[in-house]
Amino acid sequence: MAVDDATEQWLADLRATGATRDAAHARLHDLLLRAARTETNRRANRLRLTGVEVDDLAHQAAADAMLAVLAKLSQFRGESRFTTWAYRFVVFEVSTKLGRHFWTRNPAVPLDGIAWERVPAVFGFSAEREAEWRELFVVFRHAVENELTDHQRQIFQAIVVDGVPLDALRVRLGTNRNAIYKVLFDARRKLRAVLVAKGHLPEER
Amino acid sequence: MNDHIDLDAFLHTDPRDVGCEEATEALHVYAELYAADPQAARTRYPGIAAHLKACGPCSTDFEGLLALISE
Ligand SMILES: [Zn+2]
Repeated sequence: MAVDDATEQWLADLRATGATRDAAHARLHDLLLRAARTETNRRANRLRLTGVEVDDLAHQAAADAMLAVLAKLSQFRGESRFTTWAYRFVVFEVSTKLGRHFWTRNPAVPLDGIAWERVPAVFGFSAEREAEWRELFVVFRHAVENELTDHQRQIFQAIVVDGVPLDALRVRLGTNRNAIYKVLFDARRKLRAVLVAKGHLPEER
Repeated sequence: MNDHIDLDAFLHTDPRDVGCEEATEALHVYAELYAADPQAARTRYPGIAAHLKACGPCSTDFEGLLALISE
């Protein structure tokens, strides 16, 4: 596959030896750190991170992205610019660091049973309009308690009811994003099927 | 503030959704195509488009990547 000149240069320098490679590593680290700072700053507002935290997380993310880029260099197939491919590792590592950081901010999030009294608010069901959603809610709760597996219910609780970010949960459980997403995906499909069967939701569009 | 989850949307699953692993693996290719022509990216990779619509963490990564390459 034809790659652009800058990409070709990156690959040549990173695959070289001695001073050329050392200089390329330094350039790469600069690039990744700059990207990690930009990305961490982009997310900092919503997470109310301090300047020190941003800088610390950006450095950690850049260091791990650097390791990932170098380890996977042979898998780069030139389908994009080299820098775009490398940035992919930066954004993912920033997500991982922020997922870990969540627990330093919220160490006390419980991982025991579902607080059902909180669930209506999660879905924006107000007390004044309870007559409209009560029936659906009874069916929904019954489905969560009886149709989901224990694992599906735990993931549903953490993410949906307790509001734990998926990346924070993956860090805590020592698993990957896809595994949690799949569990939740199957749970969502199962719950929808029940609500459709009981006439509380329309068929999939 | 309207900060709740829409139950109908939350329970909607798209069978084309490729999941996080496949989406992450191709995110650099998708992002460059998207930066040039969003509709072309969605048409060429419907499974990734479906995933990014449904997965918060992957779409956050995607927005970050897009911002980095659009600088
Ligand atoms: Zn995902």
